[in-house]
Amino acid sequence: MTKRIDVKKTYKLFIGGAFPRTESGRTYEVKNAKGVFVANPCLASRKDLKDAVVAARAAQSGWSHATAYNRGQIIYRIAEMLEGRTEQFVAEICELTGATPKKAHDEVESSIDLLVWYAGWTDKISALDGSTNPVAGPYYNFTIPEALGVVGFIAPKKSPLLGFVAGIAPIIASGNTVIALASESAPLPAMSFAEVIATSDVPAGVINILTGKSAELAPWFASHMDIDGLDISGLDSKMVTEIKVAGAQNLKRIHSFKDLATPGRILAFMESKTVWHPIGV
Amino acid sequence: MATTLALSTSRLINGEFAMTFEYAPAPESRASVSIKPKYGHYIGGKFVAGEKHFPTINPATEEILSSIALGGKKEVDAAIKAAKKALDLHWSKLSGRERGKYLFRIARILQERAREFAVLESLDNGKPIRESRDVDVPLAAAHFFYHAGWADKLEFAGVGTKAKAHGVVGQIIPWNFPLLMLAWKVAPALATGNTVVLKPAETTPLTALLFAEVCEQAGLPAGVVNIVTGDGSTGALIVDHPGINKIAFTGSTEVGKIIAQAVAGTSKSVTLELGGKAANVVFEDAAIDESVEGIVNGIFFNQGHVCCAGSRLIIQESISDEFIKKLQKRMEKIRVGDPLDKNTDLGAINSRAQLEKINELSLAGDAEGAQRWSPACALPDKGFWFAPTIFTGVTQSHRIAREEIFGPVLSVLTFRTPQEGIDKANNTPFGLSAGIWSEKGSRILWASQKLKAGVIWANTFNKFDPTSPFGGYKESGWGREGGRHGLSAYLKGATHD
Amino acid sequence: MNYYSLIDGSDASLKNFLKNLSGVDAVGADARAAMLATRSIKTSSKRWAIDTAISMVDLTTLEGADTEDKVQALCTKAVRPDPSDLNVPSVGAVCVYNDMVATARKHLDLIGGQHVPVAAVSTAFPSGRASMKVKIQDTKDAVDAGAGEIDMVIDRGAFLSGNYIGVFNEIVAIKEICGEKAHLKVILETGELVTYDNVRKASYLAMLAGADFIKTSTGKIAPAATAPVVLVMLEAVRDFHEMSNVRIGVKPAGGIRNTKDAIKQLVLVNETAGPEWLTPSLFRIGASALLNDLLMQRMKMDDGYYASPQYVTID
Repeated sequence: MTKRIDVKKTYKLFIGGAFPRTESGRTYEVKNAKGVFVANPCLASRKDLKDAVVAARAAQSGWSHATAYNRGQIIYRIAEMLEGRTEQFVAEICELTGATPKKAHDEVESSIDLLVWYAGWTDKISALDGSTNPVAGPYYNFTIPEALGVVGFIAPKKSPLLGFVAGIAPIIASGNTVIALASESAPLPAMSFAEVIATSDVPAGVINILTGKSAELAPWFASHMDIDGLDISGLDSKMVTEIKVAGAQNLKRIHSFKDLATPGRILAFMESKTVWHPIGV
Repeated sequence: MATTLALSTSRLINGEFAMTFEYAPAPESRASVSIKPKYGHYIGGKFVAGEKHFPTINPATEEILSSIALGGKKEVDAAIKAAKKALDLHWSKLSGRERGKYLFRIARILQERAREFAVLESLDNGKPIRESRDVDVPLAAAHFFYHAGWADKLEFAGVGTKAKAHGVVGQIIPWNFPLLMLAWKVAPALATGNTVVLKPAETTPLTALLFAEVCEQAGLPAGVVNIVTGDGSTGALIVDHPGINKIAFTGSTEVGKIIAQAVAGTSKSVTLELGGKAANVVFEDAAIDESVEGIVNGIFFNQGHVCCAGSRLIIQESISDEFIKKLQKRMEKIRVGDPLDKNTDLGAINSRAQLEKINELSLAGDAEGAQRWSPACALPDKGFWFAPTIFTGVTQSHRIAREEIFGPVLSVLTFRTPQEGIDKANNTPFGLSAGIWSEKGSRILWASQKLKAGVIWANTFNKFDPTSPFGGYKESGWGREGGRHGLSAYLKGATHD
Repeated sequence: MNYYSLIDGSDASLKNFLKNLSGVDAVGADARAAMLATRSIKTSSKRWAIDTAISMVDLTTLEGADTEDKVQALCTKAVRPDPSDLNVPSVGAVCVYNDMVATARKHLDLIGGQHVPVAAVSTAFPSGRASMKVKIQDTKDAVDAGAGEIDMVIDRGAFLSGNYIGVFNEIVAIKEICGEKAHLKVILETGELVTYDNVRKASYLAMLAGADFIKTSTGKIAPAATAPVVLVMLEAVRDFHEMSNVRIGVKPAGGIRNTKDAIKQLVLVNETAGPEWLTPSLFRIGASALLNDLLMQRMKMDDGYYASPQYVTID
């Protein structure tokens, strides 16, 4: 009996809830841990980034105005969908990184649990970081954290799923929208994650995913005047200064994180607003 | 098959007055619900038979829905033992993350089975299906979802580093929002690592018993949640039991005081959510139409069976005549009837006993000289019904201004100056909630500063959210439920309890 | 003119009246409209509501590409919406641009539609940005051509800049031209007024100036006739009736695309202004696609199975 020929997947970008190819027509070769060809993911261009920013900006107002409860439920739904596709991701991680199935399982399960963790933060972050302030006068004064806007994310090279989820979930939990650049050497779990997002009731444009070279794209992330913040956890340390200099043009809030699970990753991309109102009859 | 549906008393449509727009019956189907003829208790992850039984009825029709077990010493002992065992062997050993996942599952299953729960709640309680469908059940699911997320984040909840679960918690809930009160109790208890023995109200046990099925479907470990049905005596057994580390009670102030006395001298922690006689204070600069709507919602939502009901309207005298007229016109549109009809606004009174109480106090209102008014409405012959009612000409010295009626009866008082309005609102031993109606921001904030109530609604009423702490001042209770504040109650050694 | 004895026609008197109106709490209004949208209208009441809604439709074509043939087709549909069932009532009116009024009137009279009025949009519809001279001529042309109803637009720029008396006087002038020949609907273009407070103010302003109907929108921009906006306008006509003993009509236009939407409107009327308004002389719905959905739902109720667009006519 001849072996069944499988249908190979074409990996495209994920922008504005759709799966377009890169407008540049370029791809690059991804090989597995044994050096065997696996796929030709898109080599995203600065124009793809531009389109993604437009999509992310268009989605941001609606997403930040959704109730925290609603955002929490959607992030939990991503976890539900990811749980159902555990085996698919285990296979991809093993293939690309050479990890053992046990390690790959751990990574997928940790990713699911991390999504659940962040899902539970959406309606609690203001209890943590908001306050009413006892000013010395007849005024009601409160501070409330609000979403920043559109945030870029350069994902870490290793932990192609867990590191990816650890950036995206806290960014969107508060109402930001995100453009994420997947790990260059192992982009496929990120692209498969796009399929998970597409079935999780996430509004189009809230999460956008590009694959490509961070050395080429990071400067464009950094200089784009309509991106408000950057998570550069996956950026090559040699590039950090250059990126921060470029980002200073519009005072982007630029951060890098080591911890996967911390409310700090949510708060880093929020702004505090303080309101005063007189108290008087 | 063409059916020519006869139009009742139609007048020529073009150019002349039309007929009244009657809404045909729009009943929600009972098909999603299957009620067993007899129930036992849910103890240690199993349904166990009870010994004595009593009926639970549908208050809209007096139909017997099922036979409910009366929990006695044996059952209460077994439940508390099961809860302790589950705590020691399993629940206390789970990480917060894993505990949270059970609660997320429960929330999702409640959402999945929402229709079934809503219909069952309306059958057992008498409340309109629109309310159980749109308020009770969604909020119950939301409470589980919210608290699920706290289970693994207690270090960020501001409770301090020494906070630990109490252990076995005894929870006694009322009949006015059976499933929602269950959610308010069980969700934070489990999220913080406690196990639970819960006693639903005598007249409304069915959604709690169905909830046991949800626990099963969620794979909740046996004994984490135990449900013992019964009456006041069952509740007393739980309160007095030495194996209970903490008590949470929602019900009348009268019983709340008894519980407070019963636990005095013990190490049991107690939270109480009791009665109210909330004032809705309407200033002359209020948005009138929305205020009328808010007053109506405040006292007629859930037939007025709400601890935080806006049962006193305290209105600025300069607009009171105009406002009462508008209120009466609005009340004429309240649809009283079959709770399972999707267009019903006001359902049945929960029990004969409650109806008698409402009648007694309303007659007192008449006797004391207040003026009673209700819109004309046809009440069904079977079941327990009371027309939406307002009393005008009420003053602080009337019984109907002091005592909680817990029915669809509004007492109307007036005030001349803002301070007088606030003073009248505060002139009560209760302090659960209050409403402020004004378009002026500073006035709202001033009034909310002065009102002695645990929950203040400005330009709205009867709004609940799992993130928003709820509870009363003075004789309306001890402690808060919901939000960060509500978590502390379930943690021994918390910085704030 | 005595303006119902509520104002004296001066700027000061009008400003004072409008200022004293109670504010609208937007969240509360939204909540009331949302609650009324949960009413479940079934069986006989649904059937009645469908026929009533059909009789209230102002069947509309307002396209730059309108031609005589297009308008004639619309008129035929207006008189007999379902050629397979002559029991279906005619619509409330046909609504066209004023240079199509004569065509519409002629054709309606030809096919037995004498009872169907022609409504003309007027006063530089939809923008309202033209000189008073042009707006007056616009209206005169329509009335002379046989329009029984005039749907004018208010000057939103004037309203938003606080020139209430300017808006008021324009309406008074147009009403005068309508005289006894045509009833006047005043389009507030609520999507541009934005706040419910403005919708309330504009509603009263229009009624005081002589409107026979207040209308939500031109249908050319979104948002158009949202439920809370219609709620506020129904409260206005209800309360105005208390003050003046006169009933003014309400017409939502734009965004009412299917039977569910239409029935929600009827529920709003029923529980806000009251059943006295449930007649085409006091409530109209400006729509085009709605009619076919009403017909399909009507078919489903009579036949017991879902209809297909193939069984209703395009106009």
